[in-house]
Amino acid sequence: MDLDQKRSRSVDRVDSVDPDSSESTRTCPFPDEVLEPVLSLIDSHKDRSSVSLVCKDWYHAERWSRRHVFIGNCYSVSLEIVAGRFPKIRSVTLKGKPRFSDFNLVPEDWGADVHPWLSVLAEAYPFLEELRLKRMAVSDESLEFLATNFTEFKALSLLSCDGFSMEGLKAIATHCRNLTELDIQENGIDDLGGDWLSCFPETLTTLQVLNFASLNSEVSFNALEKLVTRCKSLRVLKVNRNINLDQLQKLLLWAPQLTELGTGSFTQDLVTRPVADLETTFGNCKNLLTISGLWDINSVYLPIIYPACVGLSFLNLSCAALRSFELAMVLMHCKSVRRLWVLDNVGDAGLEAVGSWCPLLEELRVFPADPFDQEEVAGVTESGLISVSQGCPKLHYILYFCHQMTNAAVATVVQNCPGFTHFRLCIMNLGQPDYLTNEPMDEAFGAVVRTCPNLQRLAVSGLLTDLTFEYIGKYAKNLEILSVAFAGSSDLGLKYVLGGCPRLRKLEIRDCPFGNAALLSGLTKYESMRSLWMSACNLTMNGCRVLAKEMPRLNVEVMKDEDSEDSQAHKVYIYRTVAGPRRDAPPFVLTL
Amino acid sequence: MSVPLEHDYIGLSDASRSSESSNISSDQNEPNNVFNLKATELSLGLPGFSKNVGATTKNFMLGAKRGFADVSGKWVLKGGSEAQLGVNGGFEKSQTLTPDVKPVEDKKKGSGNENGSAQPSAKAQVVGWPPIRSFRKNTMAANSSKNADVTEGSLAAGGCLFVKVSMDGAPYLRKIDLKTNHNYAELSKALEKMFSCFTLGNGVKGREGLSESNLKDLLHGSECVLTYEDKDGDWMLVGDVPWEMFIDSCKRLRIMKGSEAIGLAPRSTEKCKNKI
Repeated sequence: MDLDQKRSRSVDRVDSVDPDSSESTRTCPFPDEVLEPVLSLIDSHKDRSSVSLVCKDWYHAERWSRRHVFIGNCYSVSLEIVAGRFPKIRSVTLKGKPRFSDFNLVPEDWGADVHPWLSVLAEAYPFLEELRLKRMAVSDESLEFLATNFTEFKALSLLSCDGFSMEGLKAIATHCRNLTELDIQENGIDDLGGDWLSCFPETLTTLQVLNFASLNSEVSFNALEKLVTRCKSLRVLKVNRNINLDQLQKLLLWAPQLTELGTGSFTQDLVTRPVADLETTFGNCKNLLTISGLWDINSVYLPIIYPACVGLSFLNLSCAALRSFELAMVLMHCKSVRRLWVLDNVGDAGLEAVGSWCPLLEELRVFPADPFDQEEVAGVTESGLISVSQGCPKLHYILYFCHQMTNAAVATVVQNCPGFTHFRLCIMNLGQPDYLTNEPMDEAFGAVVRTCPNLQRLAVSGLLTDLTFEYIGKYAKNLEILSVAFAGSSDLGLKYVLGGCPRLRKLEIRDCPFGNAALLSGLTKYESMRSLWMSACNLTMNGCRVLAKEMPRLNVEVMKDEDSEDSQAHKVYIYRTVAGPRRDAPPFVLTL
Repeated sequence: MSVPLEHDYIGLSDASRSSESSNISSDQNEPNNVFNLKATELSLGLPGFSKNVGATTKNFMLGAKRGFADVSGKWVLKGGSEAQLGVNGGFEKSQTLTPDVKPVEDKKKGSGNENGSAQPSAKAQVVGWPPIRSFRKNTMAANSSKNADVTEGSLAAGGCLFVKVSMDGAPYLRKIDLKTNHNYAELSKALEKMFSCFTLGNGVKGREGLSESNLKDLLHGSECVLTYEDKDGDWMLVGDVPWEMFIDSCKRLRIMKGSEAIGLAPRSTEKCKNKI
């Protein structure tokens, strides 16, 4: 084998190295066959980036040993470049559209089509095993291409993608003989019938991850049950709402080894068996770390999951409209939960229960049950958040949708939990000030950035002046991702941020009064960032053209629409790239 | 959660337009003279837009104006007419809201710019706000619509479901609104309150945290059985089916007492014990 030859050579080389020689006369002290196996243990792509910069030898050792490539912006690099550098990739992660596309701010047909990538991948990496896509346009043809051109293909993950239907999934199920993972999450697709689950061949026994919780279509329970029965390594199973309790009972009997479970509908019109059976079955699932789904669950059926709650690390109740006392009931059994997602119907009382029962909590997400609730009677307020911060000192990730907040409350929260890494506060009323003092929410976010040195991600909301951004620019030294909407008073706001925040990677701004001067103040910063999104701000085409001219290695893309004037740059997306301007830009995207 | 508007029998002409904004409608329900004054006031913003401070949603407008005061005029005025196109049925919480947001995008490119002049219901009109993924919006909409479906068939008036409750031996019947209760426990409490004067049985008082089994213990002891007449005209034992299904099919309630209850109770208590 190649390696043996190398090894015999290197033995000589190692012996001949004079231990007394100074470091500068030694060439590379690590022979390839030592370096490559060592580097192959490094998974983080950031670490690998650092490794590749040490010296040429390390660059080459790294690129030969890399098995997984992470591309955060599919337009920042061309696949030819990737394939040229990394010959032995088995796994690709690809992200496409800007994050605001999740909220309908990016027009359809914008791009991020995975198909051109697949064509080149088939040539460069015919033995590709894993593909993870986020916010990409994926057609049925692409899925079929994927299924039929990669014989070793094992794992497919589609998060927030669109463009495909059940037909594409049928192709995957039919042709991927070694499938271990099929993870379909939160996609905007048309669930046009088609029972794709029945397309899994009887011979497929390797499945470890199956997540179709977000697909609405009916699947054949018979096929699902058989699949679960024969796939003994199944550890993640997340079914959709059409699977009822009886069926869940049968599935769990076959798969007590599950570590992650997403249930279907958790209520039943006809109770066909005593509920105690299901409770016992849950008790037999000793490895459960995650439970999600739980649609329509109520206090009658909640006790079923108690036996499984003891070891639970992540409880996702964001599809279950529980009320405060119901949440309290279940949390009493979840002492070791670290991540909790809930709807805001649980109210402040529910969050008090969180503070009381979950001392190990690290992440809390509170989603609005009724985002367009005009009456604002339901939901959570600042006191709920304070309760959680008091009871959960380890809290470091918060996503909180509310109707009202105060500066003092936020200051208290971060005093209680100074370890925040992710602070995402969404006061749903636009431009809402501190409802007690009527002042802007500047001091709230000032407190956050001053008190939390590890802050990586921040989303601001409420009535905010430039002062917020002055605080952010000055104090948020580790900030990587910042989301801003309907905030700021002038160009100064953006200038502060661009002038500070040395670690900033992703900046997304909508509906703020930031203009060309602010945009151009960050000229030199954009190459150190992944991307900048600005929509409905004060940018003009001229300003963007200046930027594009000064910084040729950025793609400055303006999305035109019929309503806005020609000189306005209504939606601007700027990102660094080594691939040059997009070749697949639709007519409404102008690359300057 | 009915809106004040529905009870406005005066039927102010602007009430229909105020479907765009619940808060504006509350202004227009004020005495006419105040409204007229406001109507003649010169102000930046949309017609009917109120400058009252007080309600939190008004705050945001004033506050927002403060924030944007020094920004060019187009910020406040742009798209003023567009905002009025708004989403019809701003009150509706059903899933029809979700598709409404999308067409709004075509009309309201500058929707975000209207922060200074936008109405409180702007959150239904502003594209992509609040920032929730469509997947999650659809799930929640489906949740609320599912609840709505259950009660749709049996709604007498918006938001209430009154059924007759008879208790054997009582001189008159009562009516109870099933919709104000959310589960059997609350129903039990309500019935207890209603019929306490007729003494339901032992151990009724002082019970806290009633669950489904408690209801049955309470009313299905040796003395009482709670039954209901369903859509088909059959008399059924209360508590067998999930709450939503129960209120969907319940036409009237009957508290059976004494001799008629014998033979029914033991089996029912057994069943309920298995459930919890």
